[in-house]
Amino acid sequence: MKIHTQPTEHADALDLMVNMGPQHPSTHGVFRVVIWVDGERIVRAEPHIGYLHRGSEKLCEGELYSQVITLFDRLDYVGNLNCELAFVLAAEKLMGIEVPERAEYIRVILAELNRIASHLLFYGVYGLDMGAMTPMLYGFRERERIQELFESVTGARLMHNYFRIGGVKEDLPADFPARMRRLMAQLNQGIAECDELLSQNEMFLARTKGIGAVSAEDALDFGITGPALRASGVPEDVRISEPYSIYDRFDFGIPVGTYGDCWDRYYVRVEEMRQSMRIIEQAMAQMESGPIMASDRRIARPRPPKGEVYVRTESPRGDFAVFLVSDGTDKPYRVKVRAPSFANLQAFQHMLRDAYVADAVVILGSIDIILGEVDR
Amino acid sequence: MTTPSNRPARPRRPRRKPVIPTAPIALDARGESLSAVLRDVFADFDAQVGAVVDEVTLTVRPVDVRAVCRIARQHPDIDCGYLRCLSVVDYVERLEVNYHLFSLDKRHKFAVKINLPPDEPVVPSIVSIWRGANWFEREAHDLFGVVFEGHPDMSPLLLYDGFEGFPGRKSFPFHDYDEW
Repeated sequence: MKIHTQPTEHADALDLMVNMGPQHPSTHGVFRVVIWVDGERIVRAEPHIGYLHRGSEKLCEGELYSQVITLFDRLDYVGNLNCELAFVLAAEKLMGIEVPERAEYIRVILAELNRIASHLLFYGVYGLDMGAMTPMLYGFRERERIQELFESVTGARLMHNYFRIGGVKEDLPADFPARMRRLMAQLNQGIAECDELLSQNEMFLARTKGIGAVSAEDALDFGITGPALRASGVPEDVRISEPYSIYDRFDFGIPVGTYGDCWDRYYVRVEEMRQSMRIIEQAMAQMESGPIMASDRRIARPRPPKGEVYVRTESPRGDFAVFLVSDGTDKPYRVKVRAPSFANLQAFQHMLRDAYVADAVVILGSIDIILGEVDR
Repeated sequence: MTTPSNRPARPRRPRRKPVIPTAPIALDARGESLSAVLRDVFADFDAQVGAVVDEVTLTVRPVDVRAVCRIARQHPDIDCGYLRCLSVVDYVERLEVNYHLFSLDKRHKFAVKINLPPDEPVVPSIVSIWRGANWFEREAHDLFGVVFEGHPDMSPLLLYDGFEGFPGRKSFPFHDYDEW
């Protein structure tokens, strides 16, 4: 820890500079924030990012369209399938490819399961941030079931590389419906258990209620999206405001918070898991057999026509968008990733104003950042 | 093992340059009405309203960008309170800065575009309009060397201090190593 002192407006007080990170377990990756404290109060905070910058956007310019999907897996490594979906949708929109029904349903089911898995990870880690060990065990137990299902479908637990331009890699395994029924029953119970364990815990409420509140105006000004924006009371969800894929066919609600504090941000995610379960149930009922890849010869080596598209999707963390510019060759001319964590993290400084040092970790945890997509 | 042929060589057809297709424009009803509004509101500016695929575009001069963004946020018919993204595309002869905007109430969207010379890319900052533009502008400065005038802090964000060059640009070497 580097410590130095410097005078402030208070004549008799000295500010202490504290370095949090980059190697700090509660920063959820490699993230550093320099905090100036006056006693227990935070006077000023300065986030530093870029420790994980791999130049993913530039790397995309050197790969074929079909190879770019693997790079997107590595952006948000907790919600990989949602990242893949955004790129695949962008390329399909530019090329004007119609995706078969079954592939759309497979995508939605897996993307929503991925959202639940991501929120379960958040749930477990968020308890851990406050020193509660048990929620982590409950959250990871449920997440493990989803990972096992993913392994049976895509062959990988984390870096799936399963979605393709024009469809998905291969059809679902024969035992998928049976596995899914079992998983849904387990998850319904598991999510209820998780909710019961932590949400109304006296100490948890004391640590999160009224901490790091953001008003709706500020949230929009900072470009906060996803659960963090909805916690501030703005019912904005890309799946409804700009429906992509087949999300307009499902009936689901948008959980909205009231105060925009840490507890609201936490509980919006718990409620979102239930809404995702509703979507999955409907999708399982509607799905029929059929082809899983578009019968279009252009998908063999995609060369989208000259042009640009900006496609937004709702990833577990918020508005994950891809700005894809094509010059007509088989490699993208420019790929810009609008990562929700990147924009949400900007507001961290704002949320920290006048907070206690001990709350810094709680506030950071409630934004639920993934440094892989912040730094790209 | 080739056998000489008695047939005269067939004259070769001159190879045609491949025609690169352009993606068709397909604006929805909201896009159509928004472009009419934009044409009306920004008539005084040196601005062109266009479209690419499903997005309305508004190309303006770099000096006007702050005024245009403020109007886009405050005008009741445009009302774009959400800055979706700020990105730079390097077209070698010019740098294009894109401001993607979205209206949460009216659910319409458009992109403000400006073109900058690559040797001296200077543009007014819009942090005073959206605080969320802060890191996007710093990132554009890091990777493309675009200077945002009036930005509170232009220090490197994604790159380390003292990094030479602009890695986002096309002129930056892609791989300066051999694969092994």
